[in-house]
Amino acid sequence: MKGIKEKTFQAIAYIASLLTAVCLIAIIYGIFHDGLPLFKFISWKDFLFTNNWYPVYSPPGFGAWALIMGSFYVTLGALIIALPLSLGSAIFISEIASPGLREIAKPVIELLAGIPSVVYGLFGIAFLAPLIRQWFSLDTGLNLFTSSLILGIMVIPIICSISEDAMSSVPHSIREASLALGATKSETIFKAVIPAAKKGIIGSILLGFGRAIGETMVVLMVAGGAAQIPKSIFEPVRPMTSTIAAEMGETIMGDLHYNALFALAIVLLIITFFSNLITEIVFRPKRQK
Amino acid sequence: MNRRKGKNTFWIMMMTLMLIITAGFLVVFIVRIISLGAPVLSWKFIVEPPREAMTEGGIFPALIGTFLLTALAMIFALPSGIFTAIWLTHYGKPQWLVNILHIIINTMAGIPSIIFGLFGMAIFVNLLGFKVSLLSGSLTLAILALPVIINNTEQAIHSVPADFSEASLALGATTRQTISKVVFPAALPNILTGAIISVGRVAGETAPIMFTAATFYSRSLPHSLQDEVMALPYHIYALMTEGTHPESQVPIAYGTALVLLILVILIDATAIIIRSYMRKKRQW
Repeated sequence: MKGIKEKTFQAIAYIASLLTAVCLIAIIYGIFHDGLPLFKFISWKDFLFTNNWYPVYSPPGFGAWALIMGSFYVTLGALIIALPLSLGSAIFISEIASPGLREIAKPVIELLAGIPSVVYGLFGIAFLAPLIRQWFSLDTGLNLFTSSLILGIMVIPIICSISEDAMSSVPHSIREASLALGATKSETIFKAVIPAAKKGIIGSILLGFGRAIGETMVVLMVAGGAAQIPKSIFEPVRPMTSTIAAEMGETIMGDLHYNALFALAIVLLIITFFSNLITEIVFRPKRQK
Repeated sequence: MNRRKGKNTFWIMMMTLMLIITAGFLVVFIVRIISLGAPVLSWKFIVEPPREAMTEGGIFPALIGTFLLTALAMIFALPSGIFTAIWLTHYGKPQWLVNILHIIINTMAGIPSIIFGLFGMAIFVNLLGFKVSLLSGSLTLAILALPVIINNTEQAIHSVPADFSEASLALGATTRQTISKVVFPAALPNILTGAIISVGRVAGETAPIMFTAATFYSRSLPHSLQDEVMALPYHIYALMTEGTHPESQVPIAYGTALVLLILVILIDATAIIIRSYMRKKRQW
């Protein structure tokens, strides 16, 4: 009797783990199954590197270069804005702030990291975009700059929270040794604390990258949506995620356009898989206790 | 020496400036949502359905829809997530299988939410024929939440000292008894905290439900798992991008955003408070 209960319990745990693995396999299968048929129509080179996204013309064009670059530009812009602000804030909170301020700042950042992205999107489309249009006297405020700015604001709490954790877990003895040798506060931060927390900081940046490139709602609402390589930061762009979200409603299941959107998802999946893999490799030594 | 001191002052001022700019951005963001959302909020806004093609009325169906989607997603995800973590921490053998499962979980955690949406559409909506429904949407959200729940549960179980399970095993308890009577109760507060945080995440997701569950407009509440539902995050998006009366839709969008914001912050704050309370109370 006791044996049966043991076995059942173990079997349930085993099946649950199997189910988890099956989920990932199903995701990969689902995306590839519906995306790969596109490549009977167009070579993967033409899909990735030509710039003619005209999915509803006849004959249709499925060159996704502008969409891929759109994702990269927006992500790059977001990181340029977010990195100095989030790392600077993390250093301040971990190294300079009084313990009282730190006690408040930590949970506030965690709460900010949990705000749904559609709320940031609303802020962008209803407030920031009209403002930016006015300030720079543009035709539209829905452009690369605005979406990078909002995406940047959105990833700040994520990068800040994780890199702050990494810095504050650096042992105090390292700081004290540095200060005792006559180093100033900033020298201690740059030459002792940051090198010791390097792994966590890189991990936080990669996580921010993954979050920014995979974000859909903000770019869908704010990036403007023109499938072009932007000539300036004030031109609209169309990242991969917003293309999928915006166009999926117009497709018929199984047609080429539908396949093409899944092919974009394959590209996204591969990019995030590799950024994850790098994180994994960077973090691995930590796990082998 | 003076140059070094000057440099030091410069950098410290820079860091302070970065924090002030960051805080400034976030304050403008929050204040904007609150100041434009608050005038719309009322008891009626919460308990009434939308009227006049979304230009009047409240958000009741969206609120209920989000609640149902989140609750169902948790019902699907929690048991399998917790049992996966139990397998990883107590049964996991051989080691390479554990490593592979860890890689799988971390890969899943990094997949963009729109891909979960596409997957849900391809598998649940089309292949299995669940249609655009509460069921398809909550299954999609459950898979999205799974890696978060597994990681949190695993950490929670690891934070229980090994002495506990060793003592229990030494007394002759089986592995199952040790897990369910010793390790699990000790890890429960942390498991709960993790679960609450994933509730907050799931409630705010838009992209995964766009093609699997959400509908722009429905006057009635869902009657079965096969029905489409309204949801708070999708409602905000739809109000801003569809419909023809922006002047009356934008305020409703702000009101909806404020409700969603309050909900998510309340959920997350509960988790943070439980966690800090438990840390203080913990005896080990």
